[in-house]
Amino acid sequence: MTTARFVNIGERTNVTGSARFKRLILQGEYEEAVSVARQQVENGAQIIDVNMDEGMLDAIDAMTRFLNLIATEPDIARVPVMIDSSKWSVIEAGLKCVQGKAIVNSISLKEGEEPFIEQARLIKRYGAATVVMAFDEEGQAESADRKFEICSRAYDVLVNKVGFPPEDIIFDPNIFAVATGIEEHNNFCVDFFEATKRIKEHLPHAHVSGGLSNVSFSFRGNNPVREAMHSVFLYHAIPAGLDMAIVNSGQLAVYDDIPEELRERVEDVILNRRDDATDRLLDVAGKYRGDGQKKEVNLAWREGTVEERLSHALVNGITDFILDDTEEARQAAERPLHVIEGPLMDGMNVVGDLFGAGKMFLPQVVKSARVMKQAVAHLMPFIEAEKDGKAAAKGKILLATVKGDVHDIGKNIVGVVLQCNNYEVVDLGVMVPANDILDTARRENVDLIGLSGLITPSLEEMSRIAEEMERQKFDLPLLIGGATTSKVHTAVKIAPNYSGPTVHVLDASRAVGVAGQLDNPERRETFAADVANEYADIRAKREGSNKADRLVGIAAARDNAAQVGWDDYSPTRPQFLGTKVFDDYDLAELANFIDWTPFFRTWELAGTYPQILEDDVVGETAKGLFADAQAMLQRIIGEKWLTAKAVIGFWPAGREGDDICLYADDQRRDITSTIHCLRQQVAKREGRSNDCLADFVAPAAGGVADYMGGFAVTAGHGIETKLAEFEAEHDDYSGIMLKALADRLAEAFAERMHQRVRTEFWGYASDEALDNEALIREQYQGIRPAPGYPACPDHSEKPELFNLLGAEQAAGISLTESMAMVPTAAVSGYYFAHPDARYFGVAKIGRDQVEDYATRRGISVEEAERWLAPNLAY
Amino acid sequence: MTRAERLEALQQAISERIMILDGAAGTMIQSYKLDEEGYRGDQFADWPCDVKGNNDLLNLTQPQIVEEMHRAYFEAGADIVETNTFSATTIAQADYQMEEHAHAISLQGAQIARRVADDVTAQTPDKPRYVAGAIGPTNRTASISPDVNDPGLRNVTFDELVGAYEESVRGMIEGGVDMLLVETIFDTLNAKAALFAIESVFEELGLELPVMISGTITDASGRTLSGQTAEAFWYSVKHIKPFSIGLNCAFGAEQMRPFIAELSRLAETNVCAYPNAGLPNEMGEYDESPETMSGHLQEWASSGLVNLVGGCCGTTPAHIAQVAQAVDGVSPRNIPNLPVQTRLSGLEPLVLNA
Repeated sequence: MTTARFVNIGERTNVTGSARFKRLILQGEYEEAVSVARQQVENGAQIIDVNMDEGMLDAIDAMTRFLNLIATEPDIARVPVMIDSSKWSVIEAGLKCVQGKAIVNSISLKEGEEPFIEQARLIKRYGAATVVMAFDEEGQAESADRKFEICSRAYDVLVNKVGFPPEDIIFDPNIFAVATGIEEHNNFCVDFFEATKRIKEHLPHAHVSGGLSNVSFSFRGNNPVREAMHSVFLYHAIPAGLDMAIVNSGQLAVYDDIPEELRERVEDVILNRRDDATDRLLDVAGKYRGDGQKKEVNLAWREGTVEERLSHALVNGITDFILDDTEEARQAAERPLHVIEGPLMDGMNVVGDLFGAGKMFLPQVVKSARVMKQAVAHLMPFIEAEKDGKAAAKGKILLATVKGDVHDIGKNIVGVVLQCNNYEVVDLGVMVPANDILDTARRENVDLIGLSGLITPSLEEMSRIAEEMERQKFDLPLLIGGATTSKVHTAVKIAPNYSGPTVHVLDASRAVGVAGQLDNPERRETFAADVANEYADIRAKREGSNKADRLVGIAAARDNAAQVGWDDYSPTRPQFLGTKVFDDYDLAELANFIDWTPFFRTWELAGTYPQILEDDVVGETAKGLFADAQAMLQRIIGEKWLTAKAVIGFWPAGREGDDICLYADDQRRDITSTIHCLRQQVAKREGRSNDCLADFVAPAAGGVADYMGGFAVTAGHGIETKLAEFEAEHDDYSGIMLKALADRLAEAFAERMHQRVRTEFWGYASDEALDNEALIREQYQGIRPAPGYPACPDHSEKPELFNLLGAEQAAGISLTESMAMVPTAAVSGYYFAHPDARYFGVAKIGRDQVEDYATRRGISVEEAERWLAPNLAY
Repeated sequence: MTRAERLEALQQAISERIMILDGAAGTMIQSYKLDEEGYRGDQFADWPCDVKGNNDLLNLTQPQIVEEMHRAYFEAGADIVETNTFSATTIAQADYQMEEHAHAISLQGAQIARRVADDVTAQTPDKPRYVAGAIGPTNRTASISPDVNDPGLRNVTFDELVGAYEESVRGMIEGGVDMLLVETIFDTLNAKAALFAIESVFEELGLELPVMISGTITDASGRTLSGQTAEAFWYSVKHIKPFSIGLNCAFGAEQMRPFIAELSRLAETNVCAYPNAGLPNEMGEYDESPETMSGHLQEWASSGLVNLVGGCCGTTPAHIAQVAQAVDGVSPRNIPNLPVQTRLSGLEPLVLNA
């Protein structure tokens, strides 16, 4: 029989206490996580504390899985388990997995007696002991009196109302951080000792426990001082009656081995023996820091005050020293929160002002945000240890990419910029259904909702969400953003559905301004009224212009089709019919085909590459961004972060009216598929045709054997792993950079593949010789329009193309319900070879064509109207 | 005699003498040499799968055999017989596709034993006879993986066990048992689920009956199949404040003694032991004679280790008669007064200083 005088409870199998354990569990490396438990027991833990309270985890599942695993390891399972969670459901799941008598950590009177009694009764029925926190309806006990008062009351309820065995009650009278610089904290340890004594004296058979590492929170990063504090604390707490503590056995100094000077000063702090105890410990703390002095860096800006250094780091996006500087600022500040509210926000305000004044640009702002996030991440544990909340944000904004859409670069940038400006951002990610958005908005009590989307069906979804907000009687401002959104669309299609303020936000740099107007109760009304008036004008104008908009009937438009000469044209037969798959295309080759101009546009830098690098205004920023992009591109290629896959195909084809029929083979008898095209209906001036993609394929009946092709390419496989790493490092800059580069690589892939199609696979322009710039300017024969884009605006034609190509299987690209491609970094489209084939926009079309189109496609007019909503002229 | 009166008499009897539990059911049932048809009876003549070996089914199809068996043990001197319900849970009955009959088997098993006990009590009113509702471990384990390559896997959950046990316990209480006996525990988590179910049903019905708990030590190092020592096992189940704690099965009396001695030292409640008739011989039969077995148990009794004794696999009414005779007049074990201490366990115990 093991009888223990003082029990060490291992703390390493706790996701909130051990970064390593948390990483292992999050990554599903349970075997390795089990070995953490084994080490704990080997190192002398007599009980192991298991905690899975992490937002990213299904804690019930993780608790169950981990306990089941260690149950089968005799050298771990020999010790009792402490099932640690703030959620009762997780505790209960844990209790269902242990055959031994475990300890629950914890329950309390926080929510009153009723749930406390109910939980205690169940714990008894499951056959476990329990930790009871000194926490009641009024809050956590700090003074010795309050601690004892709460514990006595809990004891009385447990023993007399529940019949709980008193020896199975373990009180945790709250070990709080000392030497925080806050005077009220100085007596925390003394209060703990005093409460412990009284509990042991007056509450028979009950025990006392605590989480030891809290006490030394102020000295994070200085392990020797922390270990000394733990050891001194126990030295005094055990005689007072502490029976057990959650400790890292490896983080305990031997009391007598602590250098006398350090021990005395730590003791002054723990026992609150003198007013200047904290200062005196701080004075010597650096001396005992294990890893010596940090490297001297010969940079002028390092000479400044800590505030100056933080500001410099933020404005210049330098992360190298941010943790040290933040720590220094924290130690100097009265409370950790003051570091955020003071120097960090000051620095970010400078960034915000410079950005607002056009003196800083988005890439720099995102880099600044990375610095800010790392600093805040460093401070959070201190702020939480201090236990009263966080900085009051200016407002809370919910952001989401709507259902059916997966594009989020722009939304992420807006999120970063808002966070930089002290907004709390609740980002729901991509493909978010309306109800999730609205439920979260209500639950989180947000101040604004921001919707984002890139593909045109998302516009429809946004209108629907606006309608739903009206139905559910919301009055929150609704912000609309994303590449296909526009002020006109918002004014005409979204705003009328919702009586709350509805505002289109052109880009990230405007987001802060708009949010600032809307979250201010005084300005909000005026601003909303101004916007509403502006949108009403837009609607009125558009209505007026609609009448003037001269659309011709579809029959007339067909009569004005382009006169493509087929008589003197002999189509080239592609090198093969059917499809060809490219499984792992060389990224280095694709990098040469990148069109960099849109890359800079993603980062809201206006200008054409390469001239943009020399631009008077944004040149410097563009150069820096370009250098970062090149560096990452090298790693993407060298370390194979991404995998490029593609499939292309060619089929015998013939035009039938505005449709293109694809045939099974050169016999051209069996039609295997039909591509439905749309025709421009805007009245054209003399000499201009009403175009339709079908016009660029030889008529089926004309005797000319023509062909068309299709493709789907992606450079996005593998991106999620990398993105998760960046997210874990609070590195939005790299995350956005990677997404932007993957998009560029996919576009480059489409460009390169089109070139090879022209010269090799279809081979109708085998002698073509164009450089990259010429390619970008599309100086080649034939086109590659994509369904969902201007020449063929119906996204719902994509599934047929994907079918023909077997794209999902061949290239691993799938389609969402709104026909967005996943991975996002993907391009798909058709190939037309005729020299007259050109890009155009279908633009507005009339009801007559929509009805005709619906009949041809075999769908209802309503469905056709839904997919073609942005193009309807009525 | 009402249940309340009987239970009062039970408390009196257990403080005065060593009480006698019955012996094996399986051994007696085998002697009837029932074939498949015998097991099926009329009621299950068309049952889609074989049911031979489903001893608990006999409560429905051959109640007279079960009745004869209980009567034989009472006549041999047993104070308490166990209902023929070792596998009367939906989980264990699934082997025979008879989940839906688990409740009826529990109910009728209790009713048969009750009838016999009341009958015998009527003849000897000074010695009331008791019925213990037997609750077996089921054929699944909540803390052991069925697949060595996937240690985290379980083929039954705590909640599933609780649900199955609750149904069986309700049936047995309705059928008139005096106490419940969770026995042959080789995975303590299963037993904790059974205890959880029992307490839940007590709460639901607004009554409380004595609960007996009997673990099974399966290897000479003194551990259960799920790896706990006897002491750790006791700490895992003592929260229900059982009427008795003890061991049964796996060992003969000789091998079981050290672990009974340990429980005897640690348990602040009655200790109950019902070993097998020795270890199986090379033919797989238990052949320890009634004399040998009763000799061991007499020594245990004189050493003050036990409050209740009986027999498990291989024991017969002859064994029980000998055992009853052997411990007759020997003072029961005194229940120790131990210091109040926090007694936790994993596979091994951890006791905190008072």
